[in-house]
Amino acid sequence: MKESLLQVRGLKKYFPVRGGVFLRRIGNVQAVEEVSFSVERGKTLGLVGESGCGKSTVGQTILKLHKPTAGEIFYEGQDIAAMNRAELKAFRRDVQIIFQDPFESLNARHTVSRILEEPFVIHEMGTAAERRRWAGDLLNRVGLQVDALDRFPHEFSGGQRQRIGIARAIALKPKLVVCDEAVSALDVSIQSQVINLLMDLQREMNLALIFIAHDLAVVKHVSDDIAVMYLGKIVEQADAQEIYAFPRHPYTKALLSAIPIPDPSRRGERIILSGDVPSPIHPPNGCRFHTRCPHAVDQCRSVEPTEELVNEGHRVACHFWNELADRNAVG
Amino acid sequence: MAALLEVRGLRAGFDTDTGYIEVLDGVSFELAAGETLGLVGESGCGKSVSALSVMNLLPQPAGKITAGSIGFQNRDLVTLPKEEFHDVRGNRISMIFQEPMTALNPVHRVGNQIIEAVKLHEPNLSSAIARRRALEMLERVGIPAPDQRLKEYPHQLSGGMRQRVMIAMALTMQPDLLIADEPTTALDVTIQAQILDLLREMQRESGMAILFITHDLGVIAELCDRVTVMYAGCVVEQATVTQLFSTPRHPYTQGLLRSIPRLDATPKQPLTTIPGTVPALIDMPAGCRFRNRCLNAEDDCELRSPDLIHAAGRQIACHHPVAEVMP
Repeated sequence: MKESLLQVRGLKKYFPVRGGVFLRRIGNVQAVEEVSFSVERGKTLGLVGESGCGKSTVGQTILKLHKPTAGEIFYEGQDIAAMNRAELKAFRRDVQIIFQDPFESLNARHTVSRILEEPFVIHEMGTAAERRRWAGDLLNRVGLQVDALDRFPHEFSGGQRQRIGIARAIALKPKLVVCDEAVSALDVSIQSQVINLLMDLQREMNLALIFIAHDLAVVKHVSDDIAVMYLGKIVEQADAQEIYAFPRHPYTKALLSAIPIPDPSRRGERIILSGDVPSPIHPPNGCRFHTRCPHAVDQCRSVEPTEELVNEGHRVACHFWNELADRNAVG
Repeated sequence: MAALLEVRGLRAGFDTDTGYIEVLDGVSFELAAGETLGLVGESGCGKSVSALSVMNLLPQPAGKITAGSIGFQNRDLVTLPKEEFHDVRGNRISMIFQEPMTALNPVHRVGNQIIEAVKLHEPNLSSAIARRRALEMLERVGIPAPDQRLKEYPHQLSGGMRQRVMIAMALTMQPDLLIADEPTTALDVTIQAQILDLLREMQRESGMAILFITHDLGVIAELCDRVTVMYAGCVVEQATVTQLFSTPRHPYTQGLLRSIPRLDATPKQPLTTIPGTVPALIDMPAGCRFRNRCLNAEDDCELRSPDLIHAAGRQIACHHPVAEVMP
């Protein structure tokens, strides 16, 4: 089997909750709990789930912005926790991130040229003149004019700013880009432009993308594989087509059916989940979804389900996925 | 159709350091009793300013209405004296907002805020009855353990719960019209589904009309009877929800519908886009405001701006609309 570009095994990330006079650790936010997946070269993994499910923490941990509480992350077969300085520098060149809010992720006091040249400066590449030329090339690549180089971020619209963010991310020809809600803040007509740009770049540069978003229609459009997260765990992962056509986990089903479809003739029966997502400080025992699951029985409240294989590449963590599938088929 | 709300030729804008900026350039739409009208458009198109104008809530002193009328139950809200507006706002028209955390007062208990709203409109009510009414409302909007929730502060509630509290507060007075400004945009999809369901149920019970403002065409298709599409301060198309989604006539509406990634589309294919960006308010093109981005644009689009005209059961503001029959 060929080696995956990125492999995440049993990743766990807890954040301390501090309280009392001495701010002692009084609990943990269990943001990510035993998450495993892999990303192939040139492919897109979509990571979806509702707020607080841990999808952004996963993305940030891959970039080494957090130290994992447990688990391993392998990049090109190498454990990123065990890398030396030189290896880390190469890793950081290869793996980039694009953030949701292009208003906050670009330094307002720096010109666009300084923002785009900085990656080259850090990695000691080129002369000043070369760097400026490269920055101009990057702008062209993302559909902006070279005269933007001497302007400041506030002079651009949201969509243009996101293009600058993308230009910075691809400056060092990375192999993997984490897109953390990269198009969520944009209007539809601009969002489709940016999605097209990302897909073009992916094809040209053979980029792998981890596409983190809560908009499932967008995720489905760009992804090869999709992992659905709930309260820090991956509840289901499969090929993008498969998971939309044959969702197995009750949460995936509810999430899919909750998306409003832009077609009034398909206004129909929705699975409406009751209640809210429980707090990740005190996640429910057993299956974490049992408090909102319409099919939960005693077993779900006490025994945590493990990931089971539905078929090659399709895994689901639910005790009853098989029976539920049968029941749906009969009904 | 006897309109409950009839907005005609509304112009509104803001005084700024660099002069007056017009945001609404003659907006017209109407809403019948019990109907749900969707007001859709991208950021800055003026949908929220339209709603705030109806509520007479434009930020003061900068915001002002310069022309047009807002007819509501035989009154013109534009010229209505302040004292009389008190009877309309809250009593007859209520509003809910995108971010319930900023709409609720963080230092007061949820219960007291609802009770305050009740008593403001019915000053003679005893505290005990007002409290009972607040409790009933929380129950109606599906808040579990409402007794407990009454005593809590807004930050102790989740986003979905807070929006339920806002809806409870807006509905205590049994308004004839509820204005909902992006009420589900900040919520997760499964919570959004709950809130949309709740609004539908409340409407069925009370027969109120809803003016639903959103940028999400999926939500419009899900909830609304008719749709008004806005672009750069103008209404470009108005139609029933079925007409609009099956045969959009304005090139902007069509572009918007085609740009949305769909669950049933072939993945990884380039999405249709609308080229360019929305023009800035201070730099609106002459003639049709969409012409710079429009594929159907011709010379006359620059010469005069299109009026909103009635055509086959809908209204369109376009010199060269898309043909009715779609391939």
